[in-house]
Amino acid sequence: MTRKTKPAGNDDESWNLRLYVVGQTPKSVAAIANLKKFCAEHLDDKYTIEIIDVAADPKIARRDQIVAIPTLVRKLPVPMRKIIGDLSNTDRVLVSFDMRPRS
Amino acid sequence: MPPRSNAVKELAKCPTGIAGLDEITNGGIPRGRPTLICGGPGCGKTLFGIEFLVRGVAQGEPGVFVAFEERPEELAQNVASLGFELEKLQKQKKLFVEYMHIERSEIDETGEYDLDALFFRLGDAIDTVGAKRIVLDTLETLFSGFSNEAILRAELRRLFRWLKDRGVTAIITAERGDGALTRQGLEEYVSDCVIVLDHRLSDQVATRRLRVVKYRGTAHGTNEYPFLIDKDGIDVLPITSIGLSHKASTERVTTGIADLDAMLAGGVYRGSTTLISGTAGAGKSSVSAHFAKAACERGERCVLFAYEESPQQIARNMKSIGVDLTGYMRNGLLQCIAARPTTFGLEMHLATIHKAIRQFSPKVLIIDPISNFLSIADPKEVKTMLMRLVDFLKMQQITAVFTSLTVGGKALESTEAGISSLIDTWLLLRDIELNGERNRAMYVLKSRGTAHSNQMREFVLSSRGVRLIEPYLGAEGVLTGSSRIAQEAKESAAAILRRDDTARKRRAIEQRTQAIEKQIAALRLEMSAEAEELERLTSEEKTRERKASADKTRMAISRKIIVQNAASGRRPRANQENATP
Repeated sequence: MTRKTKPAGNDDESWNLRLYVVGQTPKSVAAIANLKKFCAEHLDDKYTIEIIDVAADPKIARRDQIVAIPTLVRKLPVPMRKIIGDLSNTDRVLVSFDMRPRS
Repeated sequence: MPPRSNAVKELAKCPTGIAGLDEITNGGIPRGRPTLICGGPGCGKTLFGIEFLVRGVAQGEPGVFVAFEERPEELAQNVASLGFELEKLQKQKKLFVEYMHIERSEIDETGEYDLDALFFRLGDAIDTVGAKRIVLDTLETLFSGFSNEAILRAELRRLFRWLKDRGVTAIITAERGDGALTRQGLEEYVSDCVIVLDHRLSDQVATRRLRVVKYRGTAHGTNEYPFLIDKDGIDVLPITSIGLSHKASTERVTTGIADLDAMLAGGVYRGSTTLISGTAGAGKSSVSAHFAKAACERGERCVLFAYEESPQQIARNMKSIGVDLTGYMRNGLLQCIAARPTTFGLEMHLATIHKAIRQFSPKVLIIDPISNFLSIADPKEVKTMLMRLVDFLKMQQITAVFTSLTVGGKALESTEAGISSLIDTWLLLRDIELNGERNRAMYVLKSRGTAHSNQMREFVLSSRGVRLIEPYLGAEGVLTGSSRIAQEAKESAAAILRRDDTARKRRAIEQRTQAIEKQIAALRLEMSAEAEELERLTSEEKTRERKASADKTRMAISRKIIVQNAASGRRPRANQENATP
């Protein structure tokens, strides 16, 4: 086992991530930065990130039942997961994505 | 500046359109502000919110329903039975249902966040239909969706401010907590208007109640008001003891029984309350049916609440005593609402009555009988309920007739409901058991403002209706029924005997008088005979004397001893006399 954790799903599966933000609020900016950092560190290149600005299109927030901002939605691999917050705690993100066992 | 001066003047109100609530709140809930509706599960919070929106649409105010718990489809199904067509309104862009679902199991939290997406979604929903009203049902669900309570509370505070800024009239529903209005203390954010809904169980009968706990800057009814949820939605009943300010009519209305009218100096006052109490089978329903018929004959609408018989049964039974109500039932002058008392709670009954009055606006209302309410509530509650009802009826100038069953063994002059003080006219029907018969009697126990008869009348149900017969009052007390008839027969026989006897005596006296008169006549005859005899004797005596004296004279002459000088005096005259012939 290397230090690098493996994604929970199939290794070949690409991650599909959506990050819901509102404009350029500090929390949104922080979340974008934290997400990019996380992906670079833990997901090799097998991921796509879609950043959605709820302020620009509020209707789109209904699609994934978004209430809080920022919210990160992992559409793939299943099961779908949602993480709300600015993603500053990487360990929590790893646990949440089942990349590290919940203690 | 925006027209802020309006807010200073007076709190603008938003009529909810929910029957009765706007009366309690003097016009509705605060316009442009949030109102908190709290209550336990199943007490009607969601329906309250839906109806607020549906009525709003009817008033030209589109609305947004934010469902935190139910899916839009479920919601539409649940309220379809009440005639609310949510899907149609949604299609017409009058209503927007925003479903906010937070699945706790698929969410993790890390770091700072806020509820901006919620605000944007609400803002979009409001803009889509141009909403003036919004309902958040049940906002507290958010507390189970997020673990950071500090963030949540800050966001809620922001939400309420935001709603006010948007100028929408909002209803926030919340589950009632232990000892607090809401579980999460939402009342601290909503300070303008708080309404509590309650669904209480008493003796296995549930009653819904509503109370305006708080309404800043306005007068409002503070009591608990019953409300019901029926096919037309929510119906709040602002029935309370409004006070004794009703006007008193001097018009009298007939009871439908001419003899009774006579006892009551012409009938009962319009808008008064009449109680007919009595034992089982005393004829209470029959008397009240006369009231109903009389009202219909006057062309007035009458509503009859029957808690013992079905309308058909009433129609049939009353026909047998010559009170035909079927025609009036058919043409709608008489409305018969029959239900078992145990079907609903007391408040629901009051609600039904209230609703019927509002829809039907009757002039006469009959409840047969009120004593049945005691099977579903304790006497104190029944009394309160009836007091509210009586006050309401008087305000509406509705003439009311209540019947009350007096259970055998109890004092006749007590109604179980203890409502005698509420009653204007009290007719008491009772049975008189005598000589193996039960007969009915009626008297007027009281009648306010009426010089009423104090007589106890025998009460007879005939095929031509109720008749009140003057009872036999005599040495043997009040007699009714066949003993009255027997006594009357006895009396008339005695009278005949007396008449015969008198005639006989008169004849005897007449005969005696005649006999005496005859005797008197005989005596008179005798007396006159005596008198004749006496006269005869006298005249004989005179004759004799004259003859004697003449003889003497003759003898003297013959003896020549007549003294010539003894002339003066009688002798010479006598001589002359004697000499003349």
